[in-house]
Amino acid sequence: MSADFLYGIEVVINGLMAGVLYALVALGFVLIYKASGIFNYAQGVMALFSALTLAGIMSGQVPFAHLINAIFGTDIHYFGWNVPVLAAIILTLIVMVIFAWCVQRFVFRHLVGQEPIILFMATIGLAYFLEGVGDLMWGSDIKTLNVGLPQGGSRFVEDATAGLGGDDFFGFFIDKLDMVATVVAIILVAGLIAFSQYTKQGRAMRAVADDHQAALSVGISLNFIWVLVWSLAGLVALVAGIMWGAKSGVQFSLSLIALKALPVLMLGGFTSIPGAIVGGLIIGVGEKLFEYLIGAPYLGGATENWFAYVLALLFLVFRPQGLFGERIIERV
Amino acid sequence: MNEAVMDKNAPYVTEDGRQIGGVMMDLRDITLRFGGVEAIKAISFDIREGEIRAIIGPNGAGKSSMLNVISGFYKPQEGEVYFRGQKRPPMKPYQVARQGVARTFQNIALFQGMSVLDNVMTGRMGHIKSNMLAQAIWAGKAQREENENREAVERIIDFLEIQAIRKTPVGRLPYGLKKRVELARALAAEPDLLLLDEPMAGMNVEEKEDMSRFILDVNDEFGTTIALIEHDMGVVMDLSDRVVVMDYGRKIGDGTPDEVRNNQEVIDAYLGVAHD
Amino acid sequence: MLYREAGDFKTTYVADNQTFPLKLDRIGFWVTMAVAWLVIPFVINDYWASSLLVPFLIYAIAAIGLNILTGYCGQVSLGTGGFMAVGAYACYKLMTSFPDVNIMIHIVLAGGITAMVGAAFGLPSLRIKGFYLAVATLAAQFFLVWLFNKVSWFYNYSASGQISAPERLVAGVAVTGPSTPAWAQYLICLFFVTVCAIIARNLTRGTLGRSWMAIRDMDIAAEIIGVNPLKAKLTAFAVSSFFVGIAGALFFAVYLGAVEVGEAFGIQKSFLVLFMIIIGGLGSIFGSFAGAAFLVLLPVALKWIGVDVMGWPTDLVAHFQLVIVGALIMFFLIKEPHGLAQLWRLAKEKLRLWPFPH
Repeated sequence: MSADFLYGIEVVINGLMAGVLYALVALGFVLIYKASGIFNYAQGVMALFSALTLAGIMSGQVPFAHLINAIFGTDIHYFGWNVPVLAAIILTLIVMVIFAWCVQRFVFRHLVGQEPIILFMATIGLAYFLEGVGDLMWGSDIKTLNVGLPQGGSRFVEDATAGLGGDDFFGFFIDKLDMVATVVAIILVAGLIAFSQYTKQGRAMRAVADDHQAALSVGISLNFIWVLVWSLAGLVALVAGIMWGAKSGVQFSLSLIALKALPVLMLGGFTSIPGAIVGGLIIGVGEKLFEYLIGAPYLGGATENWFAYVLALLFLVFRPQGLFGERIIERV
Repeated sequence: MNEAVMDKNAPYVTEDGRQIGGVMMDLRDITLRFGGVEAIKAISFDIREGEIRAIIGPNGAGKSSMLNVISGFYKPQEGEVYFRGQKRPPMKPYQVARQGVARTFQNIALFQGMSVLDNVMTGRMGHIKSNMLAQAIWAGKAQREENENREAVERIIDFLEIQAIRKTPVGRLPYGLKKRVELARALAAEPDLLLLDEPMAGMNVEEKEDMSRFILDVNDEFGTTIALIEHDMGVVMDLSDRVVVMDYGRKIGDGTPDEVRNNQEVIDAYLGVAHD
Repeated sequence: MLYREAGDFKTTYVADNQTFPLKLDRIGFWVTMAVAWLVIPFVINDYWASSLLVPFLIYAIAAIGLNILTGYCGQVSLGTGGFMAVGAYACYKLMTSFPDVNIMIHIVLAGGITAMVGAAFGLPSLRIKGFYLAVATLAAQFFLVWLFNKVSWFYNYSASGQISAPERLVAGVAVTGPSTPAWAQYLICLFFVTVCAIIARNLTRGTLGRSWMAIRDMDIAAEIIGVNPLKAKLTAFAVSSFFVGIAGALFFAVYLGAVEVGEAFGIQKSFLVLFMIIIGGLGSIFGSFAGAAFLVLLPVALKWIGVDVMGWPTDLVAHFQLVIVGALIMFFLIKEPHGLAQLWRLAKEKLRLWPFPH
């Protein structure tokens, strides 16, 4: 096999891995959208916020240190302890659940029955708010997040595949972190599907997704379900935040990377978990391949910035309901 | 009179002295499917110039779908629509509207963010000829046109007796008035064919009487042809010249109110019959 | 009693359709215009021009533009930054290619070019709706910024990748370039704001505006009663982009003088203008002004309170600003979806009845 072809395959594999991460963020969107009809633009910022919180807790940062120092003229920054990874993750999850409750209690409870586009704009406001709170709590400097995940390329894969090509080919370069992320994402998806299929809360969640009023009438608490769903989205955000954060540091751009989940959703449809996964993979592979074959050689590179959006846009023009959505019959 | 009905093209005069002309709209073998479901199965009927034509049938019979086909919103898989003797080519709904077909909706479809006046003014869409540039400057032709349309709309507003709520946002109106504003919006287009989808649903007796009077007046004064869907049999039998009866997407009866009333299949559909 | 409508009767439809039906409002409007045109140019200084008035006027144009698309026609766009960039780069290319033509014409042409680009990106709106469309407009945002970054023809192959506005005169006075006096900057922006606001008002109260609002409120019913959705949506995109393009051209040529596309016209700009119309009031020209004024003033006021009065570090104040803006957006969407414009209307209603509210 020629080296060019093999490098092409490497690009595809790396695209798949990136796609898994997109799919992971997209999952968070699907969860909230299905249960409440809210298209949660803040999902990316939630990932950023949870990663910030995790990094902050682990390194023993004092929350709101900046603010406290500014008001009281003190100079505190750290408690002086380090929290073990698992405990920090649990604490972060608790923070995300509290956040979920607050969002439900103070914002979306007051917006029930509003048009989807109003809800969407409210989540943009939420994104700003949360980003500000994250910065206030933990500062806006770039943080490294090391939860003990393996880093760097996998020597094993590289050595094992080096023999495939000629002298120009040195084996596939695949990031170990991406491999871990793939495994984690698969476990998470399996867990979520099991949760929604086999538990009482999961069934209630699906009932709410189907029909709010019918669910209410059989005694399901909408408030509880929505808090639950936002908490689950917080969990997904945390996982995505850990993966992205470990890869490229915890910083504002993390919330923009998460924006990639939007075209993923447009491809896969907003209500379909398999759609989110397939959409994520298509976008991941598509943008890497496009950059490799066309973007970098002919267009000056950095086409990953827009490829996903334009692809989704063109796709939607021809199939407005997405890959897996049902055909929409409009009525009057 | 019966003979005249048999001969499609012969005009005749009804008992109350209204002129009924030739066939205005002819629907031939219309079949409409959604996925695997046949909502309308090979239905044919016609609507004559100047008449009040009712479409009745139980819920889910396909009546609203039929109106949607006439107004061009649904595209039937089979069959043709003839309008004024011409076969209608595939058309967008707004083009059908501009041919002179206006309608109201089963669930009120007013523009919630606009005042009554603005809602009714949207009905004049087909009568606008000035371009965007003229409208941007708000002078000359654009303003003249605006005033002409306003005058036309004010006539309708007077006719339907909704002067007092002219500038009220429609969201604040009670149900019965909303229905009337919707009728005003349809009339503002000065249509030749007016489609009314359950114009009296959810109204009390008094409101129904008002609405019936308006429908008759529209037909009488403007000579507008009317096709309406209605569940209240008393109203249907009183108002309409001819009635189409639908059930499960099929046509099971067509004729004058008296003919339909005595049609065995119609009686079965309405009163229910043992299926064995 | 100070503010009343009783006795203010209309005898013609023309009078009934005017922008300010109440005499008192008309007086208020002309006083405002007189102050804006005849007083401020003589007292303005560099600080007021560059930190408040000029950005306010330019953002007001952009907000009017977005409000036409989002507030009147119901099509949410997150591509405002990208369309402003089109206006800026079109203006730059025109300025440098045809140096002898008056800059005012260039700015209008830049708006026209943006209108065409906007209409092209508006085409998908015929098939996709709601937030699908909102996300689709992100494609415009990211693609346009990338385009102006990568294709060096757009920035005349300058080494820095920036574009900077050469000096251009209107009636012998510089309006672009480093030696522009503050009052000239202000006046050219004021001119465009005035014209844009009048055009926007005329379009929105007439037939076109009604067809936009019909599409916004119920697109299917609108089409069935005779509104051509293609025409309504595309004109909304085009008119909106025209204004946004003019705002972009002014933002670059008159206000900043030199821009780097990702920094000046990134996605944050799209959100900023969207926030302006949410806070100011969706579907209101006055609201566009109010929202622009509010969000231009807010950082200045916060900086003054936080940094100058309280002595806090700048980044802390910036974080607070995010929290406050985010909270305000949610607050307005929950409590007052019609924004500051509605609050103003309510205040007027109170005034009308004062001092006998019953």
